[in-house]
Amino acid sequence: MIKRYLVRKFFLLTFSLFLVATLTFFLMKAAPGDPLIQEQAVPAEIMKSMYAHFGLDQPWYVQYVKYLKELITWNLGPSFKYEGRTVNEIIREGFPVSFTLGLEAIFLSLCMGILFGTIAALKRSLWQDHVAMIIAVIGISVPNFIMATFLQYLFSMKFAILPVARWTSVAHSILPALSLSALPTAFIARLTRANMVEVLQQDYIQTARSKGLSTSQVVFKHVIKNTLLPVITYIAPLSSAILTGSFIVEKIFGIPGLGGWFVTSVTNRDYTVIMGVTIFYSTLLMITVLLIDFIYTLIDPRIQITKAKVIKE
Amino acid sequence: MSEIELLDHPSQEIEEINEEELSYWKDAWLRLYANRPALSGLIILTFLALCAMIIPWLSGYTYYETHLELKNSPPSSTFWFGTDELGRDLFTRIWWGARISLFVGVTAALIDMVIGVFYGASAGFIGGKVDDVMMRFSDVLHSLPYLLIVILLMMIMRPGVATILIALTITGWINMARIVRGQILQIKQNDYVAAAWMLGASRWRILLRHLIPNAIGSIITTMTLTIPAAIFAEAFLSFLGLGIQAPIASWGTMASDGLPALRYYPWRLFFPAGFISITMFALNLLGDGLRDAFDPRLRI
Amino acid sequence: MKHASKNTLLEVENLHTSFSTLSKRVAAVRGVSFHLKKGETLGIVGESGSGKSAMAKSLTRLLPPVSARIDQGKVYYKGEDLLLKKEKELCKIRGKEIGMIFQDPMASLNPTMRIGEQIIEGYALHYGATSKNERKQRALDLLKQVGISEPASRFKQYPHELSGGMRQRVMIAIAMISSPSILIADEPTTSLDVTIQTQILELLKEIQQKEGMSIILITHDFSIVAGFCDRIIVMYAGEIVESATVEELFSSPKHPYTKRLLQSIPRLDAPFSQKLYSIEGSAPDLSKEIKGCPFAKRCPYAIDSCYDQRPKSYSISKSHYAACSLFDPHLKKEREKEKECLTPF
Repeated sequence: MIKRYLVRKFFLLTFSLFLVATLTFFLMKAAPGDPLIQEQAVPAEIMKSMYAHFGLDQPWYVQYVKYLKELITWNLGPSFKYEGRTVNEIIREGFPVSFTLGLEAIFLSLCMGILFGTIAALKRSLWQDHVAMIIAVIGISVPNFIMATFLQYLFSMKFAILPVARWTSVAHSILPALSLSALPTAFIARLTRANMVEVLQQDYIQTARSKGLSTSQVVFKHVIKNTLLPVITYIAPLSSAILTGSFIVEKIFGIPGLGGWFVTSVTNRDYTVIMGVTIFYSTLLMITVLLIDFIYTLIDPRIQITKAKVIKE
Repeated sequence: MSEIELLDHPSQEIEEINEEELSYWKDAWLRLYANRPALSGLIILTFLALCAMIIPWLSGYTYYETHLELKNSPPSSTFWFGTDELGRDLFTRIWWGARISLFVGVTAALIDMVIGVFYGASAGFIGGKVDDVMMRFSDVLHSLPYLLIVILLMMIMRPGVATILIALTITGWINMARIVRGQILQIKQNDYVAAAWMLGASRWRILLRHLIPNAIGSIITTMTLTIPAAIFAEAFLSFLGLGIQAPIASWGTMASDGLPALRYYPWRLFFPAGFISITMFALNLLGDGLRDAFDPRLRI
Repeated sequence: MKHASKNTLLEVENLHTSFSTLSKRVAAVRGVSFHLKKGETLGIVGESGSGKSAMAKSLTRLLPPVSARIDQGKVYYKGEDLLLKKEKELCKIRGKEIGMIFQDPMASLNPTMRIGEQIIEGYALHYGATSKNERKQRALDLLKQVGISEPASRFKQYPHELSGGMRQRVMIAIAMISSPSILIADEPTTSLDVTIQTQILELLKEIQQKEGMSIILITHDFSIVAGFCDRIIVMYAGEIVESATVEELFSSPKHPYTKRLLQSIPRLDAPFSQKLYSIEGSAPDLSKEIKGCPFAKRCPYAIDSCYDQRPKSYSISKSHYAACSLFDPHLKKEREKEKECLTPF
């Protein structure tokens, strides 16, 4: 049964990716303007050869097939605006940076979010709960680019504690990671609190206490696991949020990551880069979702896909 | 089967109703009113909406007139919020921008609601294969990275409010649809629906009289929480340069314009950014409060 | 302490427990006093809302921490007041001295933890010096004792893989593993099928005889207590209205509420056309203060003083008590006078 589940999910994934690729292709084709327009006027001959070089003189369906073929071999084509650079290169350079930043942000969000949420749940209706939850609402209300600029202004410009921009040391990653993690932390905190409050009201918590377990023992042995299971499913949209958040945060802090490149290519209308990065990110996200789904079904014993049914007395 | 007879019974045998009757809406409003944060959110929003409506009429300045000699001046008694790089009064522009941002946010949420409720209610109500197919379709749509698609769309269409609305709502309705469908499925299982069915109510009547009214709580809550998401998306797009074009400004475009000048003229960023944050904050508080107010499990 | 004797295990004095909801405070337990002897089975019977569950959980302070409050009272276990103990000390008593099983075995077991682990947990806590194998062996022994076949494979399973009856057996194993002196069973059979009900009750009886344990059985079902308990306490609106031995209660119930409660049990041998009996009126609102007897509004024998003063508990025999002014010797004359006035012409 696991095999069937995996196969089905794989097909869904491939289909979605195909959809994204097609969508991106046609959107780019539909975009107004000429992708090869340069600043200075270029003689017609050279333009023609450039067109031929990029295959832009072919009818659209030929281009489409070529496009799909190249995708499967993971050739994302050259950049139109940067001489001699291919999209693959850009991704190879920029992604590790973004990935590191993203991981930091995910780690921060999980730690702080779960901590805040747990405190709020255990001290429900007391001041700790209210304070933690107000902070959480602020976290989801202040857009991350505002948070980023605010932090930058406060810690780098007004009080020069942390570096303003660039990516040369660990200290450089603190502010960007914090800005990226604000929204996810808040979400995780609220989710953890809601789950934990519900778990704490369950009857089996009562059973645990009646055995003589102290509050902390109850929390660690019964509450945490059942609270955090749903939080795991949040990791998928979490990655998505951090990914899109990275666009602006990288721009603000001048970080040479893939997100920053994406923003630049949007501004410059560098279509191959836009397409390539979109496809790359989409693939990444969808694989993450699939992975998380799969891991979750492995961990939660209630939805074992392969286990047998209820055994009657 | 014999006819059903009405028995006569002395009134004492009928169980008394001990508590005063509270209608669904009165109960929800009482709970909301008791929720301080949510109430403050509501007050803040009302205040902002009123200002957005009135202040542009009352202000001595327009949003486009320039005072180039006074450009980039800090807040003062003449220009309460300072001026931007073209010498325009930021205070007036903020409230014009409020109209745009709030309009975009609310309209996007409304469109999401209409599409979402229609889609979700149909799926939940009809059920079976149709429901399956509809949900599969929305699942695939949902798995596409939202903001990426939005960005792509913004790039190929002509900039303007209509474009932004289309971009924001193209996948935004899925969330509402899922919630409505979930609600409908849950309510469908209730015994009172079965009772209505047995008493001969038509499917339409059940849908309109039982299912949708009981789902309205969730619908209102979700709508209230969609607005900040829309405002955020609009600001995000503006930051990428894909937002509304000058000279009209939304809070997002004003924030985006203010960013490069952060070091020397911070007020140009802080006022629009601050208002975005406050609005989203108030909406989230209100949305949370509404969710708690309508939650049937908390009814005593 | 009223009943202090070598045999008294538990003595409860004037217990008051209340819950706070969004707007008001509900007094669930309003002055309950009783005792429990070693080896005896005490049944606590009452409708939903009578406070019996709340009372049971108050004994070991198992109530929800923020909303519930024990307002006053004493709970003496082996001479010591449990309500005065610190939480840490109570943790040593829960499970080891006083065990508890609950109504819904599916909800009362952690769905993501294996059965074996849940059984061993309490034991490891109180008998920490044992080895892992010793604990596992003890758990397996208990699984066998409660009548679960193939204990070794059940040990590794999750709650959702077992049937309802089996889960309740597991709950019993969990409660029994540290050999408590008292077992509190809060509606243990309410959510089970009738045939399983009997099995579970017989199992409890078996265990009790073997271990010499005292059992407090809480239920709303009179038919269960009849075959199972030595003594019965009837609760209404948070108070004890009658307490007696099983024989005394069923043969000569004294309190008007008890009498009507017994009367309203449908009988298989009653004529088909006979209307089902139900007590007129409805239970009082526990968020408001109740002066006098809580049953007065629904009681045909109520006189004026019933509404003003809470009735004391009057002794009808050495073991039979009823809290009703009907049994107040001083009021006998008054009653006769009223009866005369009420006699139809």
